[in-house]
Amino acid sequence: MKKQLLGAIAASTIMSPIAAMAQTEIQFWHAFTGRLGELVATQVADFNASQDDYVVVASHKGNYSETLNAGIAAFRAKEQPHILMVFEVGTATMMAAKGAIRPVYEVMAESGAQFDPDAYIGAVKGYYTTTDGDMLSLPFNSSTPVLWVNRDAMAAAGVDPDTDLSTWEQVGDVLDQLKAGGEDCPLVTAWQSWIHLENFSAYHNVPFASQDNGFAGTNTELMLNGPAQVAHLNAMADWAKEGKFIYTGRRNEGGANFRSGECALFTESSAGYAGIKAEAQFEFDVRRLPYWSALASEPQNTIIGGASLWVMEGHDSAEYKGVGEFLSYLSSSAVQAKWHQDTGYLPITSEAGDATRASGFYDENPGTDVAVMQMTAKQPTANSKGLRLGSFDQIRGIIDEELEAIWAGDKTAQEAMDSAKERGDALLRRFEQASR
Amino acid sequence: MEKRVTFRGWALPLLLIAPQVAISIVFFFYPAAQAIWQSLFIPDPFGLSTQFVGLGNFEFLLSDKFYRASFGTTAIFSILVTLCSMVPALFLAVLADRLIKGSGIYRTLLIWPYAVAPAVAGVLWMFMFNTRVGVVSWYLGQFGYDWNHVLNDAEAMGLVVVASAWGRISYNFLFFLAALQSVPRSVIEAAAIDGARFWKRFFTIVLPLLSPTAFFLLVVNVVYAFFETFGVIHTITAGGPQQATTILVYKVFADGFVGQDLGSSSAQSVILLVVVGLLTVVQFKYVEKRVHY
Repeated sequence: MKKQLLGAIAASTIMSPIAAMAQTEIQFWHAFTGRLGELVATQVADFNASQDDYVVVASHKGNYSETLNAGIAAFRAKEQPHILMVFEVGTATMMAAKGAIRPVYEVMAESGAQFDPDAYIGAVKGYYTTTDGDMLSLPFNSSTPVLWVNRDAMAAAGVDPDTDLSTWEQVGDVLDQLKAGGEDCPLVTAWQSWIHLENFSAYHNVPFASQDNGFAGTNTELMLNGPAQVAHLNAMADWAKEGKFIYTGRRNEGGANFRSGECALFTESSAGYAGIKAEAQFEFDVRRLPYWSALASEPQNTIIGGASLWVMEGHDSAEYKGVGEFLSYLSSSAVQAKWHQDTGYLPITSEAGDATRASGFYDENPGTDVAVMQMTAKQPTANSKGLRLGSFDQIRGIIDEELEAIWAGDKTAQEAMDSAKERGDALLRRFEQASR
Repeated sequence: MEKRVTFRGWALPLLLIAPQVAISIVFFFYPAAQAIWQSLFIPDPFGLSTQFVGLGNFEFLLSDKFYRASFGTTAIFSILVTLCSMVPALFLAVLADRLIKGSGIYRTLLIWPYAVAPAVAGVLWMFMFNTRVGVVSWYLGQFGYDWNHVLNDAEAMGLVVVASAWGRISYNFLFFLAALQSVPRSVIEAAAIDGARFWKRFFTIVLPLLSPTAFFLLVVNVVYAFFETFGVIHTITAGGPQQATTILVYKVFADGFVGQDLGSSSAQSVILLVVVGLLTVVQFKYVEKRVHY
């Protein structure tokens, strides 16, 4: 693995001077393959064709974790790219790396490229800005969890497909009916920690961690063992025991079950749209993520997942000018609207959302605006701005383990979340020490 | 009298072993020294700052009950992988050794799985046992058994053991077959004339003569189970459920390359170094005594 990495670094080093003779070259490392990779390549090609001063070279560096690792290893070897894609859980790691990153707001100010921080959707931008409102990285692909409904499966089990599913109480009743109607897989989920704890907390306006979910400092502690979270997990545990909630794995394994028509309800990212639309042989619906009416009179906003683009330190000012131009191009309305419509990811500017609405896309593809509305319905609070926790990739692993203990019936929700807090806090203390 | 060839002077012998020494220093001693040095620090991932913590990393690790439990997990995993890869290999080698017709085909087929990379083997087994779409779990379901290695730790352990051992059977088979063919015919024929049946001959003559090969394979397979199986574990269970399949080396990989915690990862490498060192001493001191060359 290390050898490959060195090879890749060596190759990019050898190749770079050739193109740099004519134009300033901008290295952009990302984590997309398949359809998403093609769309990124198109964006880059269009940018390169639109001007003569800069050439952006996009390279795929593996999945999110591998791309972050490649960036870190490259920085240590002083071969870092100009732009690095980092998934949202790596945000705190990047923020703490002062001297390795150059904040986006600084890059934009120095390059003189067009940049209006207010144009970005608050709930998207909030994840990547300081408490003072300065944008540190550029949101690139952002999604938020929604409820996917297999209308045919509902009808087959004798449930009205138009039943209101706004609250978990209503979902609970429907799960009973689905089970009674012979449905083997009433509810399945992807990304359990992201949806059923992180977003759950923001959506019900309760803290996930102290210090404004880590935004106000690294001396933060997890608060995911609060009564609201435990109540939700207790309900889920009961559903798991009664065979109404089927656990399929930590990532998006459940997507295969839903797309094949096996499952009736599916909590998954709004970015699941492209896959579901392509494969589903049944009528489907997108609904807002349910909330507990016993815990909140109305839901707060959900938070995002996905990745943002970080600008790395250690390059020439001429190159940063090019970086600024490229980021400005990516944020432009036309590019964003197309990205949003092609992928199901959220538009990062309000203008791109408006352009999509004006084009009639939402009318032709009902439900594609649910995620946008769910995120922008309310002004984000300290609990719903996002999460900024160090070692968060590992903490998610711990949460996954503890959730599995609940689904297997080994632990109660309270025991599991108390343990998750204790183990997660130990990692947070280490991160605090490392970034001191 | 023993015949010895000696060099005159030091220059030539030193020159001749220099490449091996250089390789050992560059690829073994230098990284090991680095690991020991780094285990005393908590660095930030980018190498911008680092803090000396003395034995703090070891203290942090050993106070973690999941880390302590992973010693037990590693022991169980290594023993099972070694047994599951050696016993069937020996059995198949004995059968293949007795074949007269078509032995070439059987041997080739039995050696084939060794060519499959561990991570690829992991993906194959993961699909076969996928809890919802896997072929094997579907058949088990038909027999009324609800396979779910995502939540059941014993099933998860069984699956990673089988997936890790599967490709190794071929490797072991190759060595056992070669060893079986070097067992002198005359000894076996003499025993046969004395009235010893096949299995009697096998246990009293063949097995002792195989012991050097078996010992070699034991060492190699334990090392394999310790160090080369994390690809399989990463693809099938990622160490879950509840760390039931997190062996020591998988945790080194996960903490260092996923969690960016290089201090803890280095400390774990040092602990692993000590464990494997002790294990090798034990193997050579006690097990090798029972080996007949």
